[in-house]
Amino acid sequence: MSELTLKNLSKKPDLICPGARLCSGCDETIIVRLVLKATRGPTIVTNATGCLEVATTSFPYTAWDLPWIHSAFENTAATASGIEAAIKAMKKRKEGPLSNFENIDVLAFAGDGGTYDIGFQALSGAIERGHDFTYILLDNEAYMNTGIQRSGATPFSASTTTSPAGKIFLGKTENKKPLDEIIIAHALPYFATINAAWPLDVIKKTRKGIDINGPTFLHAIVPCSRGWRFPPEKTIEISRLAVQTCIFPLYEVNNYKGKTTYELSSPSLSIAKRPETKKTVEEYLKQQGRFSHLFKPEINKEYLKQIQETVDLKWSILLDKCGI
Amino acid sequence: MYRDDSEKMNQKLLGLNGDEAAAYAIKQVNPEVVAAYPITPQTIIVERFSEYVANGLVDSEFVAVESEHSALSACVGASATGARAYTATAANGLALMWEILYIASGMRQPIIMSIANRALSGPLNIHNDHSDSMGARDSGWIQIYCENCQEVYDSHITAWRIAENINVQLPIMICFDGFTISHTMENVFTLNDEIVQNFIGKRVFPKITGHLGETDLRLNPTCPITMGAMDLQDYYFEHKVQQHEALLNSLEVIESVENEFSEITGREYGLIQSYMMEDADVALIGMGSVMGTTKYVVDQLRSNGIKVGLIKIRCYRPFPKEKLVKAISNCKVIGIIEKSLSFGSVGSPLYQDIKTVLYDYEKKPLIIGYVHGLGGRDTSPENLKQIFQDLLKIDNLTKKIGNQQYIGLRE
Repeated sequence: MSELTLKNLSKKPDLICPGARLCSGCDETIIVRLVLKATRGPTIVTNATGCLEVATTSFPYTAWDLPWIHSAFENTAATASGIEAAIKAMKKRKEGPLSNFENIDVLAFAGDGGTYDIGFQALSGAIERGHDFTYILLDNEAYMNTGIQRSGATPFSASTTTSPAGKIFLGKTENKKPLDEIIIAHALPYFATINAAWPLDVIKKTRKGIDINGPTFLHAIVPCSRGWRFPPEKTIEISRLAVQTCIFPLYEVNNYKGKTTYELSSPSLSIAKRPETKKTVEEYLKQQGRFSHLFKPEINKEYLKQIQETVDLKWSILLDKCGI
Repeated sequence: MYRDDSEKMNQKLLGLNGDEAAAYAIKQVNPEVVAAYPITPQTIIVERFSEYVANGLVDSEFVAVESEHSALSACVGASATGARAYTATAANGLALMWEILYIASGMRQPIIMSIANRALSGPLNIHNDHSDSMGARDSGWIQIYCENCQEVYDSHITAWRIAENINVQLPIMICFDGFTISHTMENVFTLNDEIVQNFIGKRVFPKITGHLGETDLRLNPTCPITMGAMDLQDYYFEHKVQQHEALLNSLEVIESVENEFSEITGREYGLIQSYMMEDADVALIGMGSVMGTTKYVVDQLRSNGIKVGLIKIRCYRPFPKEKLVKAISNCKVIGIIEKSLSFGSVGSPLYQDIKTVLYDYEKKPLIIGYVHGLGGRDTSPENLKQIFQDLLKIDNLTKKIGNQQYIGLRE
């Protein structure tokens, strides 16, 4: 594949096959399909327990046309460490079938529960040790596979089955964990946010992550029709709104020789250049049933103001980091 | 120990403690991946191995993980990729691995793990008993319990051939008593590196049918397979029974690999070891380092004409029931000594196993269960002599039957 264009890549066979049991409108499959389009050659995938795993590998069936392993929920990064170490050792010794390949890339897929919460320690350890792998966080902002329970990634005021909107508490009372900042603080060589509404951006960032030696991290926002309560055909629209409202800006962080540089990706850069195009959080929130308590029976202006202020503050901090 | 001097001459005598003996054997095996996390009393293994790596004596990838959970997870990843993978732990570290123990055996990965047996928290205690590995007895791993440093060294070589046997494909825990073995220096006869390498050979893989046809059970881009799939009501049961059968079948493999090893070394272990059992009226059955002390006590009592003997269980999982039944067939009274408590149960694990086995046989000895050495409390020759003397007074035993006894416990 000489050039990473959608036209060229459309000819590359999909490495995740159609017919898996994910919900209609599921954004995970879209992201995974794009990520796998970006692979450059022999690849081994490890996958945390979650929707993606259970829906694609119901024994004796599999949707994966590449070597794939699932071990547990919280150990995806540790499993990737072992795979990478094994490849390294076998290549060093020039022994076994894997030593014949010039490169074997290791990809790790995990959800927000497996990344923000239960798998956080294993991930931090693997990044610190510098294993050469690309970790793709599929962030649908709750434990969707077990039935929409709140996670460290669930945003403020979102209603989940363990942070339900009631008479006293209006959804989750805490803010989303600032995971991006924590990951970037590991001074890993490459970090980026990705969004299925910009497919070529997903592919290019994935390829960059794979090409760079060492641990690289891609944070995908993955709207979930079931958990966020929106019609399945709205997935990409809502995904796009996450960027247009600056709730989930698209950016890259490179760490070269100890110097960290932030760069906005074009969809977010154009908002930075033309701030009047930035949409209000209300436009994003009102389309999702998980925030319906903020609009019914009447509009909760106080909460909306608080959410808008938090988004504005985080956006301005990011602009500072990007030197804008 | 040796058939002739030339055989002895081929082996180098080294002063090693149990941890060092394990590390030295693993150096000679030179597995592709070692992933480990430090915990007393296993730490010396990790330290020595790190030195071997630092000095280029091995070319293993040493992954200094951030937890035991990740240690075993990394081993699963490495082993599934086709590497030989090794780790070591103890007590709380093993407890933290719990989830992955079942995943390693369920995925049929021949990982080797050393356990420097230590009491489980709480309260915190760093000294030896078997509460850690006993809790893992149903996790689908082969469990070998060693009596001394020589046995630790030898077991870390034979284990690879057993675990990787095409009919076994299961992980192995090599257990040895923390401090008592792990930190006690003994003379250990070691083989040269080449003999070890020839003995273990290269890892072999079972063939499976993937979606692109027949291939080795490993992650390989040339013929991709899916490992660790979701396995529900329609297949899980069969897979679990297959796993159980593989573990039972490993008894035969353990024996044959060890026979082959004894050809080279002159050292034989077997699934169980009987000592002075031919005409023994009374015997003690147990595991680990205390069996060395028991041998000494048996010798003393025998010198006074008292017919006592012992059986050391070396392979605890799979349980060598036929060997055991045969070994105790002439015995009238048996004491089972173990370093673990099975809270709220009818007796400690070994006691439960042996009593269960004997239920199916007509000739049943009297059996008394003894718990000793919890949290590292010393079991002296005097303690063991007292047990034998208790057991020799058969008439007085009736009230003890079914009642767990404690050795060295303050009233």
